[in-house]
Formats: sequence, C-alpha cells, structure tokens
Amino acid sequence: MEAYLSIFIKAVFIENIAINFFLGMCTFLAISKKIQPAIGLGIAVIVVLGLAVPINNLIFNFFLKADALFPGSDLHFVGLICYIGIIAALVQILEMFLDRYIPALYNALGVFLPLITVNCAILGGVLFSIERNLEFSESIVYGLGAGTGWALAIVALAGITERLKYADIPEGLQGLGITFITVGLMCFGFLSFGGISL
Amino acid sequence: MSKAKEALLNPIFNDNPIALQILGICSALAVTGNLYITLIMCVALTTVVTLSNLSVSLIRNHIPTNIRIIVQISIIATLVMLVDEVLQAFDYESSKTLSVFVGLIVTNCIVMGRAEAFAMKNGPLLSAIDGFGNGLGYSVILIVIAIIREFIGAGTFYGIEIMPLTTNGGWYMANNFFLTPASSFFIIGFTIWALRQWKTDQLEEPEFKISKNSLEAEKRITS
Repeated sequence: MEAYLSIFIKAVFIENIAINFFLGMCTFLAISKKIQPAIGLGIAVIVVLGLAVPINNLIFNFFLKADALFPGSDLHFVGLICYIGIIAALVQILEMFLDRYIPALYNALGVFLPLITVNCAILGGVLFSIERNLEFSESIVYGLGAGTGWALAIVALAGITERLKYADIPEGLQGLGITFITVGLMCFGFLSFGGISL
Repeated sequence: MSKAKEALLNPIFNDNPIALQILGICSALAVTGNLYITLIMCVALTTVVTLSNLSVSLIRNHIPTNIRIIVQISIIATLVMLVDEVLQAFDYESSKTLSVFVGLIVTNCIVMGRAEAFAMKNGPLLSAIDGFGNGLGYSVILIVIAIIREFIGAGTFYGIEIMPLTTNGGWYMANNFFLTPASSFFIIGFTIWALRQWKTDQLEEPEFKISKNSLEAEKRITS
C-alpha cells in the first residue's frame, strides 16, 4: 500500500507532469485564463490518463514487448501509432458514454474532451509508464496521480491569472508573456518538492 | 512566387508558432539545455512537419472529413516512428537524452495544427514550404533559448568552452539556474516580450484597463 501511495505522491508533486516535464503545455497555457474551464479540463485529463495509462500498459505487456506475442516477436517500434490510436479511440468512446449516461459532466467538459487526444500529457504519461516498466496496478495509480498533478497545476495557474488581469503589466508582456513568467515562478515552487525522498 | 515566399518567411517572425500561435511549447522548454540536442530536435521536427504537410496535402481531396483527424494522426505517427528509428540507428546517445520527446512530436500541436489549418486547403508544394517555414520558426526560438541557456549555464557554445569555469581553474562561476528547465519559461517569456515590442501588432488586448482617474489619484497620493 505504501508503495502505491509513494507512486501517487511522486506523480502529483515531485514529478509533476505539467511543471517538471512541460507536457500538455499548449492547452495548459491556452485554457488557464479562468478557473471554471480549468477545473473541467483538469477532471477530463484525470479521467483519460487514469484509463489510457493502464490500458496501454496492458497492450505493451501482452502484444508489443519482446517475446510477448510469440517467442522472438518484437513489435515495440509500432508502439507510438498503437498508443495514439488507443488514446483517440478511448476519448471517442468516453465522449459517447458520457453523452448517454452522464450528460451533466459531458456538458461541463464540452469541447475539451476531443482536444485531449492531442494533449501531449496523455501520450507523455503513457510513454513514461512504459519507459519505467510499471506493473499493471502501479500504472493505474501512476495514471491517476499524473492526471491529478496536471489538474492541480492548471487550476493553480488559472487562479493566479484570474487575479493578474487587474494588474498593470507592461504592454508587450501582457497575455502570453506574463503567463510564461508566472509558470516559471510556479516551477520554482514545485522544484522544492524535489528534495523529498520517498 | 510571392505566395511561396510568404508561406516560408511568415512563420519565422510575423506568425511564429511558439510566440504567437502557442503551439509546440512542451518540447521548446524541455530540450533546450544544450545546443546539439536542440539542433537534433529542430531537424526532427522540421522533417516531420514538412513531410506530413506534403503527404496530407497530396491526399487532401480523398480524406473524408469525419475521419480526417485519425488519418492525419496516423500519417504523423508513421513519420515520427521513422525519424525515431533513424535517430536511434545513427545517434543512440542523443536519442537516449531526448527520451520521450521525439515520440511526443506526434502530439506536437505545430504538426497537427499546420496539417489541419494549411495542408488541407492548399497544394502539395505550397504546403511543404509552409511546413518547412513553420519548422524554421520553431527552430529559431529554440536555438536562441538553447544558446542563452548553454552560454550562461555552462559557459560553452556548442560544446566549445568560451568562458572557462571556476571548477576547471577558470574565472566564470556557472549559473546553474540556467540549466534547470524553469529558466526556459523566463527566457521564452522575455523573448515574447522583446518580439512584441518590435512587432507591435502582436500585442494582446488587455481585459481591464486601469482608468485614467485612478492613475491620477495615485499620483496625487504619492506626491
């Protein structure tokens, strides 16, 4: 149990996928102007990462790994196209499922759900879990943890940007420029978690 | 011919993918600690975006609109896999350093964005030129960041020692902050600031303006 907790904490704080690995930055910077959409997007990322990482982990272990399909087989080079296909299909299925059974959440997520297919946080999470040889149960925890970390970071940034719009910022720095510098400062904050060893 | 020139040169300063379109930022931050690695990443991305624009444009009239995203993604993923395999074959060390970031070109929004926004509507040659131009625009920003980070962080330029470090008996005390990825946020932020002071049409409209009255009131209080 402790091992799982440490994977989770590590994925949320120490190796935060947005702040420490810069994944999903494009959406991270574009959707962080208000808190409400940021929360919606954060939840969508948690759900998709929590599903995509374990599923792709199974695919890798049962089909793509060396000697997995039959002795002497090695399909790891088609990995990328498999993972991205599975993520795209997963997002599509999730969209239909939510539309049918949980319309409230579907409406809240709105346009963000399809956008997640090309969010590099998802593919990055999948690739990291495979690079680190996580087991199936560990990969579930890692997926959820990485998603939570990303959601936490985007909600925090949205909170700061919402306040910043009342500030008197030099003309050229307004908008994108100041957002970058804010994220840089947040990055310092998260760097301090680096000293924790679990 | 002017249209081709425009497609090639526009993305470099006027419509830069990183500074203005907010595309492809993830890799811009993560792989810029060292100029050599950055150059490899730039070549990889430029190759992929040029070829993907070319191939998407070639078959643009045969792609059904409903499944165009899947078609584009499979083209891009195939190209990235090829680039990744070539890199692993010829420069294994660098491919280890770049780790997942070459694979992540698949989800790099520049590639997808140009395929969707430009290649689906224009001819093959023009699309390839546009892809190359956007690759260059991306490379310019990345190379600038990498030069700054490597020079201040390690005192070197492309691995050649310019400022001898104190650890090697020289005089320059390396600023380790520039080796941490956090620094690239600040460098990109200030680059955008500089670019927007130069090209003022890229300024963003502020949501709130401080009213003239409150500024005057503030002056009165302070004086």
